[in-house]
Amino acid sequence: MSAVLLHEAVGSVHAAIATDVIDFDSHRLFSNFWALTVEGLSYGAIYALVAVGYTLVYGVLRLINFAHSEIFMLGMFGQYAVLWGMGFLPRGNAYDEGIALTVMYIGIAMLGGMLVSGGAAVGLERVAYRPLRKRGAPSLTFLITAIGASFVLQEFVHFVLPLLTDHKFGGLNAQQPIRLVQETTVFTFFGADVTNVDLVIVVAALVLAFAVDRFVNATKFGRGIRAVAQDPVTATLMGVSRERIIMLTFLVGGLLAGAAATLYTLKIPNAVIYSGGFILGIKAFAAAVLGGIGNLRGALLGGLLLGVMELYGQAYFGPQWRDVVAFVVLVLVLLVRPTGILGESLGRARA
Amino acid sequence: MPLLELDNVSVAYGRIEAVRGVSLAVEEGELVTLIGANGAGKTTTMRAISGIRPLSTGTVRFDGQDITRMPAHKRVLAGVVQAPEGRGVFPGMTVMENLEMGAYARTFASKAEHDETVDRVFELFPRLAERKTQVGGTMSGGEQQMLAIGRALMARPKLLLLDEPSMGLAPMVIQQIFRIISEINAQGTTILLVEQNAQQALSRSDRAYILETGEVTTTGPGKDLLADPAVKAAYLGVA
Repeated sequence: MSAVLLHEAVGSVHAAIATDVIDFDSHRLFSNFWALTVEGLSYGAIYALVAVGYTLVYGVLRLINFAHSEIFMLGMFGQYAVLWGMGFLPRGNAYDEGIALTVMYIGIAMLGGMLVSGGAAVGLERVAYRPLRKRGAPSLTFLITAIGASFVLQEFVHFVLPLLTDHKFGGLNAQQPIRLVQETTVFTFFGADVTNVDLVIVVAALVLAFAVDRFVNATKFGRGIRAVAQDPVTATLMGVSRERIIMLTFLVGGLLAGAAATLYTLKIPNAVIYSGGFILGIKAFAAAVLGGIGNLRGALLGGLLLGVMELYGQAYFGPQWRDVVAFVVLVLVLLVRPTGILGESLGRARA
Repeated sequence: MPLLELDNVSVAYGRIEAVRGVSLAVEEGELVTLIGANGAGKTTTMRAISGIRPLSTGTVRFDGQDITRMPAHKRVLAGVVQAPEGRGVFPGMTVMENLEMGAYARTFASKAEHDETVDRVFELFPRLAERKTQVGGTMSGGEQQMLAIGRALMARPKLLLLDEPSMGLAPMVIQQIFRIISEINAQGTTILLVEQNAQQALSRSDRAYILETGEVTTTGPGKDLLADPAVKAAYLGVA
């Protein structure tokens, strides 16, 4: 009798913990389905742009550039500094400059973020990876260097940048947000609110994704990138400078990360912090693997998919499970398709 | 002055010298063959000429210029173009894209010049013209070899290096490939050919070098070597 009581008590405690920790709320998922989809695509577009950097570098160097998340983080600071430079200061309310001017300011900030990230990516390649290549270092050394570079860049923003900028930028805390846009609903779609920020993010990401796809698949330099990815020795025999292609690849990846950083801060204005690239970078890397690492379109698809799945999972299991869902999705997909959804390398993937 | 001149060239992989003190020359307009058994150092010599492998000693001169230290990708622009061993067709690119890769280092003065170059390749290899949009990786060995040679021609080479174009091909296709090689040479392109198929190669070349364990042992006109009893025994399978 007492054993049964005890058993019931333990059982109900278990149930209590489970429902407390995991919600299993299908109503929340289905009643908000389209809203979650819109929000998920918006995050996914950002993952996708960052994922391209991982996948392109992997294609030509067979290197997971773990410092790419910090390239993204530097882009957030870059666009922030540009906004600051244009006279926008952190304050509680969003600025209201009208659509045309706001788009222009965001465009300029994005350009700044892209330049900072692109420059940092090329610099990283030069300082950290090129010397290793010259010495013919084994691939493990590259990987460790990537992780090391990631810490160096983070700690640079954490400790050094504030000293260089009179404590305006960097340091332990996130930057006070500069809001150019108040997120407002533009239209509704099956009951889902589509905001101006979502629109800007998705449209900008689509334009950039299309541009990078055309660049890689339909230009001479893009052919050079694919040639090096498919067969570096033969590419050299065709007159392709592998070093120049590697630099170009880091540049393209960096530019997209900088653009993604700007879009991300539109969505989350207080994300500008030295450690702010870490989780996002890992998710973008997961997105690249999900789509098939080395595959450009795979990275784009993987990013969107991860963004959406993570939002569905968050609704169903509860917000604290969001990151878990992202990585569980990755593990499940890799169990079924070890080479990712689109598989194949950048090299073999034909449009 | 020879178009290509190797002087006392040695190439080492770690401590093992794959090529030891090789000297050879190719005159403008010639078709010269390098024959030798597996592991004799033929491909290594080709890689050294293209700049893929660094030399441990010796010099490479091309077109009156010392190119020993010139980076590999710049040699293409200088006029040394190789269709590598195993063909090196980019598997994920179409025939057309592969051909464009051949012209990567080159800038065409006009669209017409570009089209002319492509047309010339298609004249030599009508098969490629039929398969412009086929992906390289899905082609047969013979077609890939045609593509590799055609792609090299896109660069308008002064010296065309062909590394074992007959490897792994059916006898009929080998015949066809060799005929085209002779034709390319007859049209004025200097060729250095590496082959194991000594019969075909020697009968078509002006001169030949025989490479054994990294050293040149015999040299002379192709037809003479074809008749040489020692060469016959070693490379033509006739006692």
